[in-house]
Amino acid sequence: MAEVNAGGKKVSTKVDMTPMVDLGFLLITFFILTTSMSKPKRMELAMPDKNEDPKKQEMKVKESHTVTILLDEKDKIYWYRGMLKPDKPLNELKKTDFSKIRNELVEVREKIGTEKDDKGKVDYAMIVVVKPTIRAKYRNIVDMLDEMAITNIQRYAIVDITKADETYLVRYLREYGSK
Amino acid sequence: MTAMCDVAFLLLSFFILTTTFRPEEPIAVDSPSSISDLEMPEKGNVIISIGKKGEVFYAVDAIDREAVLKAIAGETGLPLSNKQIQAFGEMAAVGVSLDELPGFLDIEKSKRNELPKRGIPLDTPTTSAKNELGKWIRASTAVARTKATREERRLNFTVKGDGGAKYDRIKTVISTLQDFNINSFNLITSLERKK
Repeated sequence: MAEVNAGGKKVSTKVDMTPMVDLGFLLITFFILTTSMSKPKRMELAMPDKNEDPKKQEMKVKESHTVTILLDEKDKIYWYRGMLKPDKPLNELKKTDFSKIRNELVEVREKIGTEKDDKGKVDYAMIVVVKPTIRAKYRNIVDMLDEMAITNIQRYAIVDITKADETYLVRYLREYGSK
Repeated sequence: MTAMCDVAFLLLSFFILTTTFRPEEPIAVDSPSSISDLEMPEKGNVIISIGKKGEVFYAVDAIDREAVLKAIAGETGLPLSNKQIQAFGEMAAVGVSLDELPGFLDIEKSKRNELPKRGIPLDTPTTSAKNELGKWIRASTAVARTKATREERRLNFTVKGDGGAKYDRIKTVISTLQDFNINSFNLITSLERKK
């Protein structure tokens, strides 16, 4: 072959890699910037079937084992135990927020677990009914669902707020204010 | 030099392989955070985005887009040219009323973003003709029903709401879904560290 150069000089066979590396890093930068490492997560939500007879879906839970949570504006939470009767005292409505609701739910559940009925039996079943007012934000509902998952409360429902609940809340706010 | 080059290309191949491009978003949605860490399914997603002001956008998988539009055009008698249908296929999500849709599709792609984002008309009661979200849902389920396998027929209805959106608006969307007998669906959230 023609390797016998006249001057005996050797031609370097090395290729200049710099442009290739440049290009490589450029592409890396591009992919790092465009890639979304954290995929969006999802949360499952099941709502009751509208076509089905609501009576069929009813769960038998003792009145005092129901906890109703009202979600109001500015991340405020109000909750009460038991059924809402017209003569329900206003101080049975508890005002709280998202930093405290978890402990309060756990406390209520523990309390329910110690209460004996007439026959001396303990019924642990507890159901949480979440009723967002029209002033609630979507975030509040998701946070509430989260609390259900964290406190491991399996029986809960998101229900439309009733007139009676609204009036009760309004009466409470008039009496104590929202502060 | 060679070592650095090797590393660079190794990284490059890694990023090329793992990257999935973020789907185009019709509106900025700041999803609420949650502790749930379930992943989104890859296919069959129907995403209903709700912006902070309550604008509703509807998005289906790219391969079904044209079929869904044809289904809805067939149902409502909406006159659409082939060009418009094709333009719809390239659109990430719909956020205009059906009356405005043909005109919207005629506008050049780059200029559409300048238009006000009103979202799909959504009126209560959900069964009324003004609730166009229902029409889109019906069209999507009709298209899904024509699929061959059971897996393909499955649609994952997903609500992607902004955390600051009024619950009332989300409720209307959920209630519309319920009217079409879709009682279990996903809510998109972003992951929050366990407290």
